[in-house]
Amino acid sequence: MRIFYLKKYLLLSALLLIPYLVFAQTGSITGKVTDENKMPIPGATVTVVGSSLSTATGNNGEYTITGVKPGKYTVEAKFIGYITTQSIVMVSSGNVPVNFNLKPDSKGLNEVVVIGYGTARKKDLTGSVTTITSKDFNQGPITTPEQLIQGKVAGVQITSNGGAPGSGSTIRIRGGASLNASNDPLIVIDGVPVSNNTIAGASNPLSSINPDDIESETILKDASATAIFGSRASNGVIIITTKKGKSAALQVTFNSLNSLSNVTKEVPVLTADQFRTLVKADAATTGSSTQSTLLGNANTDWQKQIYRNAWASDNDISFSGGIKGLPYRLSLGYLDQDGVLKTSNLKRTSVALNLNKDLLNNSLKIDLNLKGTYSQSRFADQGAIGSAVNFDPTQPVYSGNSNYGGFYEWVSGGAPNTLAPRNPLGLLEEKWDLGAVKRSIGNIQFNYIFPFLKDLKANVNFGYDASHGQGSTSIPATAASAFASKGSYDRYSQDNLNYVSDYYLNYVKDIKSIDSHIDLTAGYSYQYFQNSAPEQDFFAADQVTSLNKQVVAYKNYYYIESTFARLNYTLADKYLLTATVRRDGSSRFSPENRFGVFPSVSLAWRINRESFLKDSKVISDLKLRASYGKTGQQDIDRNYFPYLARYTFGDNGSQYQFGNSFTTTLRPEGYDPNIKWETTTTSNIGLDYGFLNGRITGTIDYYSKKTKDLLADIPVADGSGLTNHLFTNVGNMESKGAEFAVNVVAMSTKDVKWKIGYNVTYNEITLTNLSKTGKNSTVPIGVGGIPGGVGNTIQAYLVGATPNAFLVNKQVYDANGKPLEGVYVDINHNGVSDAGVADRYIYKQPNPKFFMGFNSSVDYKKWTLGFSMRANLGNYIYNAFAASTGATAGFKFPNYLGNLSSSVLNTNFKTYQLYSDYYVENGSFLRMDNANLSYNFGKILKGKARLRVTGNVSNVFVITKYTGLDPEVQGGIDNNFYPRPRVFAFGLNLGF
Amino acid sequence: MRSTIFKRLAIVSFLLLTIVTSCKKDLTPAYDLTSVKVYADFANYKDVLAKLYAVYALSGQQGPAGKPDIAGIDEGFSNYLREYYNMQELTTDEAIIAWNDGTIHDLHNMNWNADNEFIRAMYDRIYYQISLCNEFIRQTTDSKLASNHITGNNLVLAKQYRAEARFLRAMSYWHAIDLYGNVPFVTETDPIGAFFPPQKPRATVFAYIESELKAIDGDLVAARQNEYGRADQAAEWMLLAKLYLNAQVYTGTDRSTDAITYCNKIITAGYTLEPHYANLFLADNNNSKEIIFPITFDGIHTQGYGGMTYLVHAPVGGAENPASFGINGGWSGIRTTKSFVSLFSDISGSSDKRALFFTTGQNLDINDPYAFTDGYLIAKYKNVTSLGAAGSDPTGNFPDTDFPMFRLADVYLMYAEAVLRGGSGGDLVTALSYVNLVRTRAYDGSLTGNITPTQLTLPFILDERGRELQWEMHRRTDLIRFGQFTDGSYVWPWKGNVKAGTTVANFRNVMPIPNTDLANNPNLKQNTGY
Repeated sequence: MRIFYLKKYLLLSALLLIPYLVFAQTGSITGKVTDENKMPIPGATVTVVGSSLSTATGNNGEYTITGVKPGKYTVEAKFIGYITTQSIVMVSSGNVPVNFNLKPDSKGLNEVVVIGYGTARKKDLTGSVTTITSKDFNQGPITTPEQLIQGKVAGVQITSNGGAPGSGSTIRIRGGASLNASNDPLIVIDGVPVSNNTIAGASNPLSSINPDDIESETILKDASATAIFGSRASNGVIIITTKKGKSAALQVTFNSLNSLSNVTKEVPVLTADQFRTLVKADAATTGSSTQSTLLGNANTDWQKQIYRNAWASDNDISFSGGIKGLPYRLSLGYLDQDGVLKTSNLKRTSVALNLNKDLLNNSLKIDLNLKGTYSQSRFADQGAIGSAVNFDPTQPVYSGNSNYGGFYEWVSGGAPNTLAPRNPLGLLEEKWDLGAVKRSIGNIQFNYIFPFLKDLKANVNFGYDASHGQGSTSIPATAASAFASKGSYDRYSQDNLNYVSDYYLNYVKDIKSIDSHIDLTAGYSYQYFQNSAPEQDFFAADQVTSLNKQVVAYKNYYYIESTFARLNYTLADKYLLTATVRRDGSSRFSPENRFGVFPSVSLAWRINRESFLKDSKVISDLKLRASYGKTGQQDIDRNYFPYLARYTFGDNGSQYQFGNSFTTTLRPEGYDPNIKWETTTTSNIGLDYGFLNGRITGTIDYYSKKTKDLLADIPVADGSGLTNHLFTNVGNMESKGAEFAVNVVAMSTKDVKWKIGYNVTYNEITLTNLSKTGKNSTVPIGVGGIPGGVGNTIQAYLVGATPNAFLVNKQVYDANGKPLEGVYVDINHNGVSDAGVADRYIYKQPNPKFFMGFNSSVDYKKWTLGFSMRANLGNYIYNAFAASTGATAGFKFPNYLGNLSSSVLNTNFKTYQLYSDYYVENGSFLRMDNANLSYNFGKILKGKARLRVTGNVSNVFVITKYTGLDPEVQGGIDNNFYPRPRVFAFGLNLGF
Repeated sequence: MRSTIFKRLAIVSFLLLTIVTSCKKDLTPAYDLTSVKVYADFANYKDVLAKLYAVYALSGQQGPAGKPDIAGIDEGFSNYLREYYNMQELTTDEAIIAWNDGTIHDLHNMNWNADNEFIRAMYDRIYYQISLCNEFIRQTTDSKLASNHITGNNLVLAKQYRAEARFLRAMSYWHAIDLYGNVPFVTETDPIGAFFPPQKPRATVFAYIESELKAIDGDLVAARQNEYGRADQAAEWMLLAKLYLNAQVYTGTDRSTDAITYCNKIITAGYTLEPHYANLFLADNNNSKEIIFPITFDGIHTQGYGGMTYLVHAPVGGAENPASFGINGGWSGIRTTKSFVSLFSDISGSSDKRALFFTTGQNLDINDPYAFTDGYLIAKYKNVTSLGAAGSDPTGNFPDTDFPMFRLADVYLMYAEAVLRGGSGGDLVTALSYVNLVRTRAYDGSLTGNITPTQLTLPFILDERGRELQWEMHRRTDLIRFGQFTDGSYVWPWKGNVKAGTTVANFRNVMPIPNTDLANNPNLKQNTGY
């Protein structure tokens, strides 16, 4: 605020001076810019404030500004990593010498970072923590918070789940530490840990947060940083902080981003002519015209039929300021986004309010955050994506008659053939799948400084996250997909409620006598999670007639109760120690196994503070960190009482007839009375560095994670329990990896500022034990279902391999490199070279060995040009579509034809070779996520407003060898993927 | 002003604190019941019993799918009856499947191994059922019933339920030894959780099943007197008769005399043959006086993708009209082989009504096992009533047709076979009359199909069982008892993975113990040959 007035004053004075200056002769200002060691600083910017006069210092740190009209000026010198310094000069004719001695800016290091239960100065951190603030967020049409930091942080892999509006992402921090328990990181928004549970009616729990309200995202990676969160922290933590109000005059910001999305690539399938040729050739060979007579005369590109150019508009307005010393920020947002798949749409209205109040002579601080969202979606039937690649291209879109809404369908016996794919456009247009979600997240936090002991603070935080989702799906009686039931209608609703209350004390003391700084936190936390849904009914298309079919109501809940403590100790501003301990109790476990204790310790050495580096010109920051700690995991999906002997009722479609009536069934559930915490031990060694006064900064980390007592859903000895698969503690998993990140200010002059960021991560996970008997099976547990036959899996859990590695047969090729149909390497040497299970081997994995992010932004005067790119290396992908349709068997189904993958032209396969490693393709890629250009008009409308306009392209290009649609598919099985569109966006940012 | 805000906030925080502390208790499930609560209320006993029966019919607690009982395989595939069909029929001359699901072709090709997911699903299902029965029996011991205050008529009913649970467990143990030989053995006296069931020899488990069935005879409801769908004494006698008939295979000792004893008990209990063969397999077959023990299905109340849904849909396709089966579409999967067709001298169905073949557009020879048009179809199980009306499910997905697990015609043929095998307590004249009762019904009341005393031989019985009990899940057991399943003289198309058919090694008379269980239970030893 003060600066604001100062600027105004200076501006005013400058204006007042103008009349005196116009007629005078000009003079010059010269001088030298030096650092704290009196060494020259080259490349520093020296500006005459309020004018366009500016220059940069030379190699000797000297500068000259000429053409200065006589008068009184403020001159300032600026250099990255140093405090900007001003000097007031009187210029008449001739030269005025002004030298600047710049002091290093330790602000970067004094910067406060939000960590669990409090904040810490960046320089005091001993763990692996990265903060990305709004100025460094990804640009472009971003609708969910996690995409703001995609590719920005080493060790954090964010993979969007496809191109549907509001679609979520899979976030993996250091690859995840669990097998069947959740691998999602803990996400804390303004002190409220949010649920990873999806809510019916929305595609992604995070999509209800408006990215525009977010100030910063902090990622905690190693155990030292995460252990304070104890449980739920094994997979890392993301702390999201929203924007706050400032006690100042009203500021209004308006953002508008309008975009156009289109699909750039189709799944390679046979064209109508290629398909006709192939079917006819087959008929000629086999002498059977059964299939060829089914061919039509049309030439339909079904994929073109289901996709469209889609518009989206995202508008936000925010008000911030202070009323009578009460700082506030209020924002409103409205997003209306069409998906590229016809009929899909998302409308989201969001509101966020933030209030901060100081009371009792500033000893009590109250922060209030409230966020509310209402989102309405129409979900497109994504089955249309699979239908479009599989539907016979020789058939027309419309049949010419009025059956099935006019859409062409395969018919058999006077009804749609239930085995054939449905008309893709019919699937989309004859289904209304509508969802609406209300969500509110809020917290109130009290921070009280004890008047008798100023070093002691008490902190109380209450937070909640409540959402209600509801929706309905209706299919008209005309639709082929619901022909037998003559249409259908169902309604559903679901509620999620989580709340948290934290109480903690924080004591901070500088003990000068022993050159020590102590920061001690201890507290208690209680978190409660609940999700429930009422009984759900199904109706006929008239929406009244009940189909006497229900989904039973449910209500699930659990709580975590914790005590925790943390000590940060700094000696001589050089040697740092952090020790944390947290004791968590989860209601998921029996009272005997309820509590887990998760300690961590870490040490750091600020080497640059040592006398031998203190005066270094080159090294501005150097911190060596080492940490070791344990974290816990209890988040097993849909399993709230895994230790209890429970019975569940069946619904009214799973009853059994006794006499003339039907009896509801009551089933004992499998349980493990001894189930307990899964624990992950993480060791991390890292280095934070900064060179040339912070022009080059970054981190290097090496980590190793060992998980024991894995909560895994594994087969158990038949007859020993009440089910054949049980969630139990079994096995061990190890991962190790390395991260490197660097941020460089490549150029910093008066007109040009060029920033580059790069990070790379190596990660490798190995399953080291998966047996209760200690005798590890050589039989893999099949996972990763694939199309082309029910119950087929292509991936495996096998000890010694990465979880979800591919388990396939090794294809044999002919001299020309063409795969030989049905011929595979005889891995088990039994003399048979077929596609036997025993001949399958572990081949590659879906996780990348290396992943990296690269971004750059150049400011030139009022222009900014930026881009961000990501690359994954060593990730493999199973081309499920090619495998399940890449054989002529695909058009030999009774009474209908199905289109084939273009791969059949290369392989000439007659029958499916689902398990051939031919279909496991290298999915390494380089993707440009975004390129943007903006122009800052600065002040417009006589200084009443500021304007910035931006042009953006998202998903600019992908370079890959992968032959399918998109190599970036979470899980590594490419099937019916909602394409990520290329998006062109135009944005404007208006401030008042 | 300032202080009022503060006061209000203090009140709000106090309230929040109260809410928080009030929720901090030991949580218990909201809608589910803990086992203590279940057995404290007698109303729940029948619901648990219903689950034990439903294990054969359904795949889980949500119809048709959504809350599966077992994991490791697609839920629809995981159904007991569906896998039992796959084991007993797909491995034989009676059935071959076109689909491309995992290792399903290995069943008919007779080249399965211990990784076969269908063999595993059957095994897991059997032990799932045994575990559930054990749990119910464990919770309904006399002392538990007393401590739960189950008295009077409830106590009488509870003992009936318990006897039925023991019957169902015995039936599944029979499936276990029939399919897998030496098997894990676990009863209600074993704990739940981390223990490894011991493996017991086939003959030991045989003796256990026999003793169990004899022990419950007094507690079971008299033959034909129980509610429809529930097991009575006749079901127990039938299971004993089946055990004894196959005793030579299971124990090395012939028990044909005992088989005759129990066949006689059933025959005198008052069952009568259904006048028209085809009606035994229709949507209103619950009215039949021939069925001794059914697995019940209903288009609205008992929905799943296994059981009768599979048996009605999977064989329909080609030129067949799904509507005539009372369903919305066929699944184009199951056909039969030329060998089975050749058991009939007249395949038209005009004389022997059991020739239910559909031949239009189908080739008799199977050149390609994956081609649905190769192999004749059998139009046996249908979701239409004997009057031609479609079943109750308006969507045409789920049939009302019940599965006749045990029926009288089977008893007649078992009696004749036991007599032919030298058992006492019966005679050849009666045996012939029983067989001709079956044949007269097959010929729709005409005596033209009756056989002479010289025609009544063991090979005739095997063929007659094929004709009469086709696709009723007896075939594999029958072929083994007659020495024809593996290395006998009888081969059928694609047996041994050869188009013309070939013999296979006789270790395949038992299925392998699945590798998953071998890995998880150190007490288990794999069957010879695998």
